[in-house]
Amino acid sequence: MNGLPQAVLVRRGAYHDSVALMRVSRALSELPGVQAAMVAMATDLNVSILRELGFGVQEAGPGDLVIAVRARDTDAAVREADRRLAASSSRAHGAAGDQPPLTTRSAAARGPADLVLISTPGEYAFFEALDAVEAGLPVMIFSDGVPVESERLLKELAEARDVLVMGPDCGTAVIAGAGLGFANVLSPGPVGVVAASGTGAQQVTCLLDWAGTGVSHVLGVGGRDLSAEVGGLSTRRALRMLDDDPATELIVLVSKPPDPEVARALEAEPPRTPVVRALLGEGAPDLTQATEQALRALGRPVPEWPSWPAWRGTRPAPERIRGLYAGGTLSAEAALLAGGGDFVDFGDDAYTRGRAHPMIDPALRVEALGRAGETDVVLMDVVLGHGADPDPAASLAHAVARTPATVVIALIGTEGDPQDLHRQAAAFREAGAAVFTSNAQAARHARSLL
Amino acid sequence: MTLLNAAPRVITVGTGLLDEALRAQAVATVPVEWRPPLPGTARALERVLSDPRREAANELAVGRLVSARPHLVGVRRASEVLDAGTFLHAGPPITWERASGPMRGALIGAMVLEGLAADEHEAGEALAAGAVTLSPCHEHAAVGPMAGVVSPSMWLFEVRDDEHGGTAYCSLNEGLGKVLRYGAYGPEVLDRLRWMDRVLGPALAAALERTGPIDLRSLIAQALQMGDELHNRNRAATSLLLRELAPAVVAAAPAEAADVLRFIGGNDHFFLNAGMAAAKVSTDAARDVPGSSLVVAMARNGTDFGVQVSGLGGRWFTGPAGVPDGLYLGSYGPADANPDIGDSTITETSGLGGFAMAASPAIVRFVGGEVEDAVRATRSMYEITLTEHPAYQIPGLGFRGTPVGIDLTLVARTGLLPVVNTGIAGRVAGTGQVGAGLVEPPVEAFTDALRALADLSK
Repeated sequence: MNGLPQAVLVRRGAYHDSVALMRVSRALSELPGVQAAMVAMATDLNVSILRELGFGVQEAGPGDLVIAVRARDTDAAVREADRRLAASSSRAHGAAGDQPPLTTRSAAARGPADLVLISTPGEYAFFEALDAVEAGLPVMIFSDGVPVESERLLKELAEARDVLVMGPDCGTAVIAGAGLGFANVLSPGPVGVVAASGTGAQQVTCLLDWAGTGVSHVLGVGGRDLSAEVGGLSTRRALRMLDDDPATELIVLVSKPPDPEVARALEAEPPRTPVVRALLGEGAPDLTQATEQALRALGRPVPEWPSWPAWRGTRPAPERIRGLYAGGTLSAEAALLAGGGDFVDFGDDAYTRGRAHPMIDPALRVEALGRAGETDVVLMDVVLGHGADPDPAASLAHAVARTPATVVIALIGTEGDPQDLHRQAAAFREAGAAVFTSNAQAARHARSLL
Repeated sequence: MTLLNAAPRVITVGTGLLDEALRAQAVATVPVEWRPPLPGTARALERVLSDPRREAANELAVGRLVSARPHLVGVRRASEVLDAGTFLHAGPPITWERASGPMRGALIGAMVLEGLAADEHEAGEALAAGAVTLSPCHEHAAVGPMAGVVSPSMWLFEVRDDEHGGTAYCSLNEGLGKVLRYGAYGPEVLDRLRWMDRVLGPALAAALERTGPIDLRSLIAQALQMGDELHNRNRAATSLLLRELAPAVVAAAPAEAADVLRFIGGNDHFFLNAGMAAAKVSTDAARDVPGSSLVVAMARNGTDFGVQVSGLGGRWFTGPAGVPDGLYLGSYGPADANPDIGDSTITETSGLGGFAMAASPAIVRFVGGEVEDAVRATRSMYEITLTEHPAYQIPGLGFRGTPVGIDLTLVARTGLLPVVNTGIAGRVAGTGQVGAGLVEPPVEAFTDALRALADLSK
């Protein structure tokens, strides 16, 4: 490392959420005189990243906060980190005597609410979700890493209380126009979506939106809902809800193939509303084809899905595909269609312990892009919408431009999204990537380059 | 199912980013200020919260706590209630060897008072030799403030719960300063105890026969609205009780009435002991509900702070008693303070004391702090309690019921410990009271209890 002084401080038991920490780290890194900075909970993953940055961390656990800086004036940088941390945790301290709710139970007791959105670390999400169900409130569990027994228990209790449990690991939902979690800006329309996959639902609804077809609601159920252990309790409830919803004319069900017993239970209570199934897996139609089926079922035309070809030519003889994905379902779909290659789902539990999701925090994918070689085709998704990185091109396009690899991007978003779909597409294209709004088309294109 | 009819109002827990994303769409949110649970409690929390009995068990237990209707029905000699040869004391079980200065002082005083020892040396030797059996008040349907020592000749308030039929006892309050419960045992202390034995007890017994049962639930509710929090401030409650008792005392014991009424009127804490028995009979009604994580007792013996939990029977879970932080009398200072002592935390356990601080702006001068601190203390306790008391209300909070029913799982999840108001005893036996303030209970008493409950979970 170069000669700047560095400081590594461990604050025992100090907790801040991973997004707040990412923002503080980023702000510190941008200060003049600061060469490197990372403020993070000391999870194994974060400690190994700190080590790669040249910071040794002694005796710290996932419950401890680490402040690591390399700067001309480390004291000033640490002071700035503390100032920003204090500012990020003081938002709820209002007038004297005010007590912000510390649990979902307390918040639910305070006044009318319709839904609880949980994004705590997964090992604690169950406690909050139980509060919600016991208070008779539907709940969306954005957190991943919730044990399947807890999921089953929650969903059984929810059956008794007649409430919907979306998740765990439910990345997106849209309820009466309100986008929850990672949520694209969608116009209202006749299609209701029940999804065991967040990014799968985002792909389908973004393509529908491009085709001029809006959605009534998107109800997530969690990736394990249709497994034998969980028994499809949330899927069945969500289907009933959409079936009873006057605004929903067609239901799209996005999921992995269900457990056979669960499939039989689903078939035993078929909705009156027509259902198009986007079942992920070998031999099934991909998400784009399922979307086209839905459009045809509604008697609407199927448009060309927009794409922006790369302006720079292919590098010498690409040999293999490296999938660097933020969305698990998109990664699986692309791996299937690309017919081989190394695919990493950076949204998986293993990469999100003590870190923000890759749709928010680009650092791990920027680093992976830096390792790609000139014989690689890098295939990656960029997901827009509320909750996601406010300007993914700003964080990723530079790395795309610098890599010797050929880059193909699946850009999942709508024209209404706050990031501006066309500006993002242009920036990535400018950086040398080929950009597709259909992940399936992006994967086929990548394959065609080999 | 109404969820789909209109844009939802959303409670958000976890990363602030998702809350911001909703606000950006003009969706109304209530953000929870979430923190991870106390270290090492996640697994126990998962087991206890997953227990299918928990929710109904807690509802039943706290329902019994807040529906109790304690009445002061009489005074009795402890010998009618106690086994011979037993002295009661505050807090979880303690031996003479581990007893702190004020606890030893009070036990010595009781030995001399009972004629079991001629002086402090003889008393100390007899106690060290195990001449009397020491047993917690809490295990005999009783409570005692500070050292809480009860010996057979002492008079006890008898409080009955008209709702559930339980009975609880507490000694009579001696006043402030050099008193037995703070570990003093000098001649003036013993003289006062002898006067209480000879005059006060019989006069109260006769008076209560005339008044009939006195409704303590109603009296406590009124006192809260008059600025008491019923632990460190009992001025209003004492006045109300005096008003009830005075005519009957005059009628029953005309010759002693002036002395008796002067004694009660001159001691702002006279009501404390009756209020503690009321709290004890209410929390006892909530005991022994399998699966319940409700705290039914918090008590200190000057060495250990202990808690008992509804779903865990009579087991004690303890940690070292802390030294209170507060204001000191005269030239006393923190170095003179004994660690936390007394059963009076039964008031907090039943939704009074520190939990009702917002009702008692006057108390903040006594324990140090600002009025905002009192309001903040009460508001924070709603985060760890199961319900709000239907009768005990706080005018300054819009007549909101006091926070009541400490839930172990909420303590572990929020990391908030019960707020406790307390007197401070001198650490040297024989000193008496040196101050008053706030004390933080030891966290391990609560986390150990939670783990024990997890072991019993279904």
